[in-house]
Amino acid sequence: MKMNYDLVIVGGGPAGLAAAIAAYDEGIRDILILERENKLGGILNQCIHNGFGLTRFKESLSGPEYAARFVDGVLARNIQVMTETTVLSLTKDKKVTAINTQNGVFVLQAKAVVLAMGCRERSRGALNVAGSRPAGIYSAGTAQKYVNIKGYMPGKSVVILGSGDIGLIMARRMTLEGAKVHAVCEIMPYSSGLKRNIAQCLDDFDIPLYLNHTITKIEGEKRVTGVVISKVDENKKPIPGTEVHFDCDTVLFSVGLIPENELTKGAGLELSPRTRGAVVYQSRETEVEGIFACGNVLQVHDLVDFVSEEAELAGRYAANYILYGKTERDEVRVSNGKNVSYVVPQIIDKNIQGNVKLFFRVTNTFRDCTIIAKCGEQVLLQKKKKIVVPGEMESMLLTEAKLAEANGEIQIELEEKI
Amino acid sequence: MFDVIVIGGGVIGGTILRELTKYKLNVCLLEKENDVCMGQSKANSGIVHAGFDAVPGTLKAKFNVLGNRMMPAYAEELGVKFVNNGSLVVAFSDKEMQTLQALKERGEANGVTDMEILSQAELRELEKNISDEAVGALHAKTGGIVCPYGLTIAAIGNAMDNGAKLYTDFEVVSIEKNGEVFSVRSAYGEEVKGKLIIDCAGQGSGKIAELAGDDTVKIGARKGEYILLDRESGDFVSHTLFFTPTEKGKGILVTPTADGNILLGPTSEEQATPCTDTTAQGLAFVIEKVRKMSKNPPLYNTITSFAGVRAYSDRHDFIIEESKKVEGLILCVGIESPGLTSAPAIAKFVVEELVGNKFVLEKNEAFHGRREAEYFFKHLSIEEKNKIIQKDPSYGKIVCRCEQITEGEILRAIRENPPAKNIDAVKRRTRSGMGRCQGGFCQPFVAELIARENGIALEEVTKNGKGSNLVTGVSK
Amino acid sequence: MSVRSLTCIECPIGCSIEVTVENGEPVSVTGNACPRGKLYAENEVICPRRVLTSTVRAENGELIPVKTDKPIKKDETFDLMKKINRVVCKLPVKIGDIIVENITEDINLIATGNAEGV
Repeated sequence: MKMNYDLVIVGGGPAGLAAAIAAYDEGIRDILILERENKLGGILNQCIHNGFGLTRFKESLSGPEYAARFVDGVLARNIQVMTETTVLSLTKDKKVTAINTQNGVFVLQAKAVVLAMGCRERSRGALNVAGSRPAGIYSAGTAQKYVNIKGYMPGKSVVILGSGDIGLIMARRMTLEGAKVHAVCEIMPYSSGLKRNIAQCLDDFDIPLYLNHTITKIEGEKRVTGVVISKVDENKKPIPGTEVHFDCDTVLFSVGLIPENELTKGAGLELSPRTRGAVVYQSRETEVEGIFACGNVLQVHDLVDFVSEEAELAGRYAANYILYGKTERDEVRVSNGKNVSYVVPQIIDKNIQGNVKLFFRVTNTFRDCTIIAKCGEQVLLQKKKKIVVPGEMESMLLTEAKLAEANGEIQIELEEKI
Repeated sequence: MFDVIVIGGGVIGGTILRELTKYKLNVCLLEKENDVCMGQSKANSGIVHAGFDAVPGTLKAKFNVLGNRMMPAYAEELGVKFVNNGSLVVAFSDKEMQTLQALKERGEANGVTDMEILSQAELRELEKNISDEAVGALHAKTGGIVCPYGLTIAAIGNAMDNGAKLYTDFEVVSIEKNGEVFSVRSAYGEEVKGKLIIDCAGQGSGKIAELAGDDTVKIGARKGEYILLDRESGDFVSHTLFFTPTEKGKGILVTPTADGNILLGPTSEEQATPCTDTTAQGLAFVIEKVRKMSKNPPLYNTITSFAGVRAYSDRHDFIIEESKKVEGLILCVGIESPGLTSAPAIAKFVVEELVGNKFVLEKNEAFHGRREAEYFFKHLSIEEKNKIIQKDPSYGKIVCRCEQITEGEILRAIRENPPAKNIDAVKRRTRSGMGRCQGGFCQPFVAELIARENGIALEEVTKNGKGSNLVTGVSK
Repeated sequence: MSVRSLTCIECPIGCSIEVTVENGEPVSVTGNACPRGKLYAENEVICPRRVLTSTVRAENGELIPVKTDKPIKKDETFDLMKKINRVVCKLPVKIGDIIVENITEDINLIATGNAEGV
């Protein structure tokens, strides 16, 4: 068994696939993708709805179609893939320990590693929702797997907590397959999902969206029999007297995604408390040289198109690292200022040529606002926005020329109404 | 015809069953649920108490101290993880410091060794996240932690390997005694006969005694709510931290679990009808107390919350004796805390003394008390893992990514005694689904394995027994 | 004359569009950022259409993801779901293969996933 690779990519979802192709096209041939499922494509395989690829391919693809474009790219390049192989651990010196049925446990030595493990859903348990713990409580993604891959209905009569995109998509999907979706509850005053998903997944099917509401009780001993939802005040505390009861056999949770960084942490990398992903340069290289991270394991994206874009950066720079080794750095830190919850990348290396696209999220819904990139008191760039919402990732392009002006930490902030 | 029928598959019934198989006796266990360990043995703090709490002279005091001494070897033999992490009873005032002194003396009267009173500085040395308000603590070095369901399942599995028979989904609805023989019927009309009944039915033990003809057993219910934190925060505390007890009881605790999580709770709420729902108030109370005990508890790492119901007797001590009304009915009831700690000692006493009164106990020379550890695989070396995978490739497939549990371990849980027949049963045996994603990724796969191994459709697979089916039908 | 407010579903931006309607006909569209939004809003007033995505059962029991190759009339959604749920598709299939020809109007149901059928 071959034990040394130039590049090992952990995860064969959209991020891993795009990174592999980009590295290959940059001249690296000795690449291995490790994928825990039995086929490539990651979570896209169960996202059978359309709407993927509008930015990248200018057409609306389903998840499997979007994935197939990259899978085909990997196969056309003869990039080596091991499926049903789980990575158990990773070290800073790029030893990757993995397991499968054929080879048992094995340790690979890579020159560079791209982390592309994706994310997982927050579970009911993380929210301390009161009540019983019967069957019929699922995260939206698990329900999606049952319906779209396994061919089973997790329930017939559904209430959904959280209006993230997967929750909205599953509201429609369950309805199409014959279930009754009574309500989608959202504790925030706005949905974290895309507006068009509110329109085409809820409005099209007359499914009510209860903003400022949460589930305060789950009922049922063996299987869910009902839920109680309550309105919440501005501190997200349920308001007594606002309780509404729904009979249902299923509760779906779509309450956020968390990057799956157990391997990253195991390797001793510090995570950003804001993104829960690694801290990276614009090359998507982490603070450990030769280890790169991209896609939802780095920051949770709304659109797979941007995952692919980010992964290509990681793949390309991983290739550069393999070909040319470590380079001298000239670091500028990037941080989130007023009304901005995080920025990626967190570090810019001015010695890396080219413009830098900064990705960030805002903390609330703002209308007619200005987004400003500052270095101390100096404004590097500002951009007016009609509306920004926390549910949608924003970006800003800092040109090389602008970057040259920055001689200290860059902060991204949002000014209200100016 | 059985010599002994044990009713109730919790830690008391389980350890007694195993103890019985050390002798030439024909024994069985009746459990009303689809799996063993479905009552208070599955949802408690998992503490191996030192024994300073109970009033000297009570059965609680006696069996606690005996059980505490037995537990390390007992758990080791069954392949269950026991950690001697030590307990700290924390004082927040001078008055409470005096209570600690009294507690220490009580412990000494009960026969507890290795206790000392710690100063504030010494306490901080041991627990970096202890509240600044804490002024001292009683350190009981013999305190420990064990996985309560791991212990129960292992004891029952080992008993079955040694010949005991298990009936699940056997809810006892009638007990008749004809001469020397009891006949016990289930809700489904099954019948088992035996010469002796041991009532270990926890919350249902009063009803079992009554069915057998003894209406003197009065059982109350007290609910406790808990919050569980991710293993990632597993080093938040290393000892089991108790508040200084008041007239109201022991209060909530902050403790690591034997599996490396952090457990917070329990509340203590009297209940007319036992119910394991969590409540917003209960969980808020736990959080409030944890914030009093410790600095910056990592509550963002919460992975689940749950509740258990503790059965207690109106004597407020364990009742471990033959019924005064029905000959051949042995009562092991009202086994509240420190019941888990006491279990091995209670089992030994019940079998050697109470059962021994009825039968001439003849040693079962074939008894084999050792059991291979559960979810052992993760902790093996690469070489050891590869030896196993070579023999059985299913150990090369990770099913539960959060806890790194393999298909091989899950199949073993489904096939081995006592067989896991549902999702929660697999979870308690393997930890698959016990981690941070709470089964989001692995559940569909585990469900397929259960269906395949039992030759049933996926629609028939349940979370925890009849009526808890995972899916309601096919989508096409 | 009436004004209908819509959220455009053509792309992730999700423009808030207002359509002025007279005698059931759209007369003006505002709020759209691109021509596709205008078209969407006009159609939404006359006859709303959606691309329908679902799965069909293959002969070996596995599920094949599918979509309509053009938007179908929204009103027909559940009728088409009934048809889709009765389909048993032959294997192998490749992305783009027609699963049901002219499932409605001149619209085909096509595969959006590959399956070998082993």
